[in-house]
Amino acid sequence: MNSKSSSAPAAAPATNAITSPYIRIENVTKRFGSFVAVDNVSLDIQRNEFFALLGASGCGKSTLLRMLAGLETPTEGRILIDGQDMTHVPPYERPVNMMFQSYALFPHMTVADNVAFGLKQDRMPADQIKRRVAEMLELVQLERFATRKPHQLSGGQRQRVALARSLAKHPKLLLLDEPLAALDKKLREQTQFELMNIQEEIGITFIVVTHDQEEAMTLATRIAVMNNGVILQIGSPTEVYEFPGNRFVADFLGSINLFEGVVESIDGPLVVKTEAGPMMELEARGEVSAGQKVAVAVRPEKIAIGKERPSQSMNACHGQVVEIAYQGSVSIYRVKLDGGYMARVNAQNETRSARRVIDWDDEVWLSWEREAGVLLVDEA
Amino acid sequence: MKNGRFGISGRTLAVAAPYLWLLVFFLAPFAIVLKLSFAEPLIAQPPYSAVFEWTGGLLPRFTGNFENYAFLLSDDLYINAYLNSIQIALFSTLLCLAIGYPMAYGIARAPGAWRNALLMLVILPFWTSFLIRVYAWIGILKNNGILNNVLIGLGIIDEPLDILHNHFSVYLGIVYSYLPFMILPLYANLARMDESLLEAAADLGCRPWKTFVSVTLPLSLPGIVAGSMLVFIPAVGEFVIPELLGGPDTLMIGKILWNEFFQNRDWPVASAVAIAMLVLLVIPIVIFQHYQGKEAGDVK
Repeated sequence: MNSKSSSAPAAAPATNAITSPYIRIENVTKRFGSFVAVDNVSLDIQRNEFFALLGASGCGKSTLLRMLAGLETPTEGRILIDGQDMTHVPPYERPVNMMFQSYALFPHMTVADNVAFGLKQDRMPADQIKRRVAEMLELVQLERFATRKPHQLSGGQRQRVALARSLAKHPKLLLLDEPLAALDKKLREQTQFELMNIQEEIGITFIVVTHDQEEAMTLATRIAVMNNGVILQIGSPTEVYEFPGNRFVADFLGSINLFEGVVESIDGPLVVKTEAGPMMELEARGEVSAGQKVAVAVRPEKIAIGKERPSQSMNACHGQVVEIAYQGSVSIYRVKLDGGYMARVNAQNETRSARRVIDWDDEVWLSWEREAGVLLVDEA
Repeated sequence: MKNGRFGISGRTLAVAAPYLWLLVFFLAPFAIVLKLSFAEPLIAQPPYSAVFEWTGGLLPRFTGNFENYAFLLSDDLYINAYLNSIQIALFSTLLCLAIGYPMAYGIARAPGAWRNALLMLVILPFWTSFLIRVYAWIGILKNNGILNNVLIGLGIIDEPLDILHNHFSVYLGIVYSYLPFMILPLYANLARMDESLLEAAADLGCRPWKTFVSVTLPLSLPGIVAGSMLVFIPAVGEFVIPELLGGPDTLMIGKILWNEFFQNRDWPVASAVAIAMLVLLVIPIVIFQHYQGKEAGDVK
C-alpha cells in the first residue's frame, strides 16, 4: 500500500500534514460468515477531498462505504470521523449522508417531500425547510418537478432528486454509491461535471464508490483501487494510471500491454530482457536486482506504430497487424509481435483520410520512449 | 390475431370463458335472489308469489313490491343485526390487523430459510376443514373443556371461566379463522418493500420507530386495505362462527338470514336480507377496488 504524496494540485489536501485526517479507517475488517468482504483496510481521507473507491463488483468497496454510513458494523477495527469514534454509532446519529445506488427515493412522497425528509428529522422550522428545499431543487435544476412523485420522473431526474436529498442536510461527508451507474453516457458525463461543480461550490468531502475507472478518474482527487477486500494502491488519478504499483491496478485501469521478462542490467537505465524477445529499457523505480523476474507495462496510447524500422534498438518490436478497430478519434490496432505476444496500440487519427496508412496484415514496428514503460515486480 | 374457422379468436374465447362463468354462477343466482326479494311468501311450492306476470304485452308486468324492504326497516331486529354484524366485523378486523401486522412484518424480515417455514405455519390451518376447526374451539372453550380443565388443574382458577357462547368466543373464532387472510396480503406487501428505503431513512437521521411510521406504514397501506377487506367482508356475513360459538344474544345478519330461510321459510324476506347485506358490502368492496387500482397504477 504505497500511498505517495501527490504532486498534482488537485490532491493538495492530501499532502497537508498539519490537519488531522477527516476520516480515519483503522484496520477495518468486515466478515459475512466466512466471507471476508473487507480485509484489514486502513485509510485516511482529508477534508474536502473527492475520494474514489474503485474496484470490480464484490471487491468490498460498497461494504466499506456502508460501514462509513453506519449501515454495516465492522467486525474488527475502528472508523473515526472528525476525530470521533463512529464505529458503533447508528446511521441516524452520524453527520454523514449517502446517495444510494438504487436512489432509494420514497415512492409515496413528492420530490419536495423527499428532499425535505432529512430536514424534518432535525426539526428544522417549516419556513427554513421550504427555503432549503427550493435551494436544493434549484441546484439540481428540478424546481418544476417539486410536486411530482418519483415514478413520474426519468432515471436522470430521479438520480438528481437523490443527490438533492443527500445534500439537503449540508452533510460534512457525502457518500455516493455508484451514483451514475444507471445513466446513459451523455447524461453521465454531464452529471460528473455537475458533481464536481457542487463539490467546489459547497466544499464537502465526497467519497464515491464506482467500478467505472473513467468516472473515478474524472471525479476524484484521489483513488483507492480495491480488489478482494484489500486496497492495492492509493494515489491521484495520474499516479494510479501512469505509475500502477502492481499488475491488477495496471490492468484494471484502462488497457495495458504487459511484457514478462527478467532484469538484464541495472547500471544506468534499467534493461529488461522480455520473454517475447526484444530488450526494453525504462527508468528505474524501486529496488530490483539483475536476474529478477519482472514485467514491463506499457499503455497502448504511449506506443507509436509505423512501417519504418525505428532508429532505437530498445523498446522496438516487430509484428503484424491482426485487427483494426476504428473509433473515430482513435484507432485501436491489435498487433501480433514476432514472439507471439498480442499487443494493443491506440493511435490518434490525426489526418482526415479514408485511406488507411496502416492496413490489416501489414508488417509494422512498435516503439516507445524510455519513460513510457512501467516496471511491475509483483508475481503474476 | 387470426380468427378461427368460426370467426372467433382464441383470445376472445379465453376472455369470454370467465365472464360466462360469472354470468351463469354469480349474476344469474343474484338475479333470482333479487327477484325473490320483491315477492310475497306463500304456503305453497315454491313458497313465494310470482313477481312478473305475462299479460300478453311485449314485456311482462311487474307485480312485486318493496314490502320486504320496508319490513326490514320497520323491525329493529334487522337493523340491530346489521349494525351488530358490522361492529363485530370491524373490531375483528382491527384485532386481526393488530395481531397480523407484527406477524407479517416478522415473517417478511425473517431470514430467507425461515420465511417459507413461517408462511407454511400460517397456511397450515387450511389443511383442515374450517367447520372442524371451529368445532374444536368448542372443545377448548367449554366449561369442562381443555382450557378450563388446565387452568383449574394448575390452581389458577377455582370455577370454570364462562368463555363459550358469548361475544368473546365469537371474536376469538373470527380472529382465529380470518387471521391468515390478513397476514398473507400484508406479508406480500412487506416482503417486496425495498430495504434500501429504510436505510435511506436512517441515513437521513430518522430513528427506527419513526421510519416505521413515516415510511413502512404508508407504503404498506395497500396491504393493510387488502387484508382488512379480506377479513371484514366475509366476517360481516359470517354464519358458522356465531352459530357454533355465539350465544343466544349474538345477533349477526348471517344467522338472521339462516333463520328466515330455514326456520320461518320466508324466502322473500330472507332474499331481501341478503340483498341489503350485499348493498352494505358493496361500499367497502368499492374502496378495496379503488386502492387496488391505485396500487397497480403506482407500480407503472
